[in-house]
Amino acid sequence: MIEVHNLTFGYSSTEDGQILKGVDFAAKTGKLTALIGTNGAGKSTLLKTIMGILKGKGDITINGKSVAEYSTKDFSSTVSYLSQDNDCRVNLTVFEVVMLGRMGSMSFRVSDEDIAATQEVLERLNLQRFASRSIMELSGGQRQLVFMAQALVKEPKILILDEPTSALDLHKQFDLLTLLKNLTQENDFTTLVTLHHLDLAAMFADEIIVLKEGRVYAQGAPKDIFTEAMMEDVYRVKTKIYMDDKGMPHVIPLEAIN
Amino acid sequence: MTETNNQYNYKKQSYKKLMFIIIGLIICAVSFVTDIIVGPASLTLSDVWLALTDPSEVSKNAYVIIWSIRLPTAIMALLVGASLGIAGAGMQTILDNPLSSPYTLGISAGAGFGASLMVVVGASALEFLGVFMVPFGAFVFASLTSFFIYSINKIKNFSSETMILAGIGMMFLFQALQSLMQYMASPEALQNIVFWTMGSLAKANWINISIVLLVLVIMLPLMMRESWRLTALKLGDEKASGLGVDVESLRVKVFAFISLITAVAVSFVGTIGFIGIVGPHIARMLVGEDQRYFLPLSAVCGMAILSLASIASKMLVPGAMFPIGIVTAIIGVPFFFSLVLTRKRSYFK
Repeated sequence: MIEVHNLTFGYSSTEDGQILKGVDFAAKTGKLTALIGTNGAGKSTLLKTIMGILKGKGDITINGKSVAEYSTKDFSSTVSYLSQDNDCRVNLTVFEVVMLGRMGSMSFRVSDEDIAATQEVLERLNLQRFASRSIMELSGGQRQLVFMAQALVKEPKILILDEPTSALDLHKQFDLLTLLKNLTQENDFTTLVTLHHLDLAAMFADEIIVLKEGRVYAQGAPKDIFTEAMMEDVYRVKTKIYMDDKGMPHVIPLEAIN
Repeated sequence: MTETNNQYNYKKQSYKKLMFIIIGLIICAVSFVTDIIVGPASLTLSDVWLALTDPSEVSKNAYVIIWSIRLPTAIMALLVGASLGIAGAGMQTILDNPLSSPYTLGISAGAGFGASLMVVVGASALEFLGVFMVPFGAFVFASLTSFFIYSINKIKNFSSETMILAGIGMMFLFQALQSLMQYMASPEALQNIVFWTMGSLAKANWINISIVLLVLVIMLPLMMRESWRLTALKLGDEKASGLGVDVESLRVKVFAFISLITAVAVSFVGTIGFIGIVGPHIARMLVGEDQRYFLPLSAVCGMAILSLASIASKMLVPGAMFPIGIVTAIIGVPFFFSLVLTRKRSYFK
């Protein structure tokens, strides 16, 4: 479980420079929580602040323990983070990149267990045929899946993923989100993921958090969150929200409000 | 696990990489022995063997040549090559820039200025202490350069960009100061300065060999301990942070190691360029950037290049010892281009 209380972060101390302005939320264990919001709402900043990559102010606890109390090793074995940036210039094979996900627990010599875990996650994401290829030879979408595999290979308890589907085609988005949902439920992961595709967020997330201008605008089940009023207020787009026969909301955009 | 049906065999690939290191070491060993044999006074392999194992069986001349000149020079070539190779590899990794070398950050320019200063103020002509003053000056200014770069980056969080900018600034500053020293120097001092900047193994002796070896023996394991973190750093700062790497402290630590290795190596042999860039490039082509293999192979490539260059420096002009800094570039650059142009995908496998 991730609990965030009164989290603030800014690149400067002025009001304009504040990105996160007192964020409060909880992402529950065994649930896939989607973070949505407009560009610049602070979604990526929020994830980076939870990870300690950016230094914010406020309380962050992971599985009941303040992040400040975690040793680097414990934190990295508990939490996996996937950043938005999949660009890299490194002469490593896909296998080596994925295996690096286990570096927190690996000794200098790689164990059979590390190799087996890497093979397994590559197969799970259908990446085994790329194992010997250099990461630089892959497309953006393939690379994104490789880094996803890297995040999963250490079997973390907490998954923090910044737009893991942004470079994937629709079919792969379905595959990945289905996998994430299953892993989260089967292994009691806490999965916090930023998504731009609202229909997919509604379809796969157990909980949605809407971020607007550095604050939590709303949090709840998808059917309660996706309203025409929220879409106008947060996204400034007129929409029609259509509920299917399973009670799942679908967003049909109509026009942008200028 | 076999490498059939596209199944990747990680262990097999790792053994292959290890083999490259072993082959590199064999090349170094052969080159080392050849380096001792080759020179103005002709020696045979058995002279060398006897001088090393049973000195009473070899002529006094051959004994002195081998123990006082050839052996120290050949060992220094290996040690300095290894130092520059590993320092270049570390620098390219922490700056995420394949064009970096120990010299990118002005460390060698600082050393050059320090050495020149000692020559110009006459410290190198002092009785007894004189021979130590040039390396001492070089070391002090190389270290000062590193410390200055560290101080600037302390304020700016050690991003690769600020480090490169600070380093380039220092390089220009010390190059200008060195030119000033050359401008002010007497003709004799000027000759000494120019010779120093060309790089030479000729001043190798057992004392400075011990110092370079000691630093290398301490620093190499410390660098190797950071191999996983350095490999992760190559994925980018954010990805490395996500994997639990304290990026800033890793950069500072490795920068300190590299600075010390470079400052010590450069202060005894002068400026020997090229190795710090090319050693790691060859290593990267052969084993990729898993730093557990990349770092030692960069050191081995550096050793091999400088040792081979040392042989070439004695063969280019019979009877004379060509400045090795010139040889590494003249022989090395065409070789490097040939590697780059004929590089095949198989290098990565």
